[in-house]
Amino acid sequence: MSKVHVTTRVNGDPVEFLCTPEQTLVDVLRDTLDRTGTKEGCSTGDCGACSVLLNGRLVCACLVLAVESEGAEVTTIEGIATEEGLHPIQEKFLEHAALQCGICTPGFIVATKALLDKHPEPDEETIRYWLAGNLCRCTGYDKIIRAVQDAATTLAHEA
Amino acid sequence: MGSFAYVAPKSVAEVTGLLSEIAGSGSRAQIMAGGTDVLVQLKTVDRSARTLVDIKGLPETARLEIGESETYIGAAIPSAVLNENADLTALFPGLTEAADLIGSTQIQGRASIGGNLCNSSPAGDSIPALIANGAVCVIAGTGGERVLPVEDFVTGVGRNALADDEFLLGLKIPNPGPRTGDAYLRFIPRTEMDIAVAGCGVRLDLDEQGICTAARVGIGAVAPTALLVPKAAEALIGTAVDDAALAAAADACSEAASPISDKRGTVAFRRKIIGVLMKRAGAIARDRAAARS
Ligand SMILES: Cc1cc2nc3c(=O)[nH]c(=O)nc-3n(C[C@H](O)[C@H](O)[C@H](O)COP(=O)(O)OP(=O)(O)OC[C@H]3O[C@@H](n4cnc5c(N)ncnc54)[C@H](O)[C@@H]3O)c2cc1C
Ligand code: FES
Ligand code: FES
Repeated sequence: MSKVHVTTRVNGDPVEFLCTPEQTLVDVLRDTLDRTGTKEGCSTGDCGACSVLLNGRLVCACLVLAVESEGAEVTTIEGIATEEGLHPIQEKFLEHAALQCGICTPGFIVATKALLDKHPEPDEETIRYWLAGNLCRCTGYDKIIRAVQDAATTLAHEA
Repeated sequence: MGSFAYVAPKSVAEVTGLLSEIAGSGSRAQIMAGGTDVLVQLKTVDRSARTLVDIKGLPETARLEIGESETYIGAAIPSAVLNENADLTALFPGLTEAADLIGSTQIQGRASIGGNLCNSSPAGDSIPALIANGAVCVIAGTGGERVLPVEDFVTGVGRNALADDEFLLGLKIPNPGPRTGDAYLRFIPRTEMDIAVAGCGVRLDLDEQGICTAARVGIGAVAPTALLVPKAAEALIGTAVDDAALAAAADACSEAASPISDKRGTVAFRRKIIGVLMKRAGAIARDRAAARS
């Protein structure tokens, strides 16, 4: 299959790559661009491990074709921390021990970033519904919810 | 994943031309909007070769227009975008709630109601809500455009009325009147992220005395296709949409249903639950209609 040339931006950096039409965005992020922070769990949109922002919108990178990212702005887990250090969401996940094996964590953090950008002060129900597409088989979710609530409070104070 | 080519045409004529050319050559073309059904199917149940024709980039499929008397919803607009539009959710709370039930936040970032309808699953959540709202499909083909009511669009499980050279541009929905309300409810075994066991959409108009003057009821997941249930509407019209009228409408829905038994529910359960959903959705639509005036 002939390859397609794609020009896009990943975490603010201009990026070019060649891919086949069948390659998904998560394939290219991990295997071509070496951004391995984004994980692939189910490949069918059920687990949320592959969560990224495509033009600011939360999507599953396993259900986006890499060719669709032409001209787009992609934000992955690698784009959440800044040069000054971890993002408050990341700090709070560590503080609340909201992870064990960690495979789901990048997806949760990217999804939480999208949530708090849109709903800076979400109630617990809003958090649980927003994150319903992110599965975790280790934590039992409660610690994740506490971390998100604490991150929301911290970010609200900073603002 | 199955093997495929990908094209993203920029005009309606280019899309219909490609569709007819590819079909004419004996190959397969498939439209893609958000890809949340297409790509999952390509990875799992149907890996046969094809050309994916991405229609998200067309102005006609991306346009949302709330007009004087009707609203046009482009076929490829993701449900997250619909639900962020406060004017749209105020006009059609039931329809936008149905769109909001499709998958997770991530899925809603891509999934369109056009794709939900064209996937033509018996359990597609937006379909009963579109039927209840009297939505009409705007279809483009090589010969021009045609319109078709949503209840006539889906012809069987995974099948619809589109010819080889046709695709869905968008949906036209009559705007609610001064005392119109709509609602959609589904039953699933958990609270999020599951496929409807039964779903019911209701839209009704009340007069100044609170008497129902018009109604439409759509049911899903209880027959090979979502259905318009005229008898349920008749049971509501001329009443105050009280408990007796809702119970009669519920019976009409249970009768219209021809469900299957599977791991999500038995025939008897689905028949019963579609009636319960009718009563509850009917009451919500009634209260919304009354609150609007
Ligand atoms: C994790 C997950 C959860 C889900 N949960 C639900 C749920 O709760 N309820 C539900 O109803 N669905 C659910 N779905 C199914 C799917 O997300 C929806 O059906 C969605 O609305 C499809 O829209 P799309 O834009 O992604 O369509 P696509 O996948 O792009 O297309 C779907 C089908 O329609 C055809 N098509 C799309 N647009 C057009 C057009 N304009 N003209 C002609 N044909 C077209 C395609 O060829 C394809 O056959 C879920 C899917 C996943 C992966
Ligand atoms: S890997 Fe994409 S949702 Fe599971
Ligand atoms: S920490 Fe292991 S799956 Fe969530």
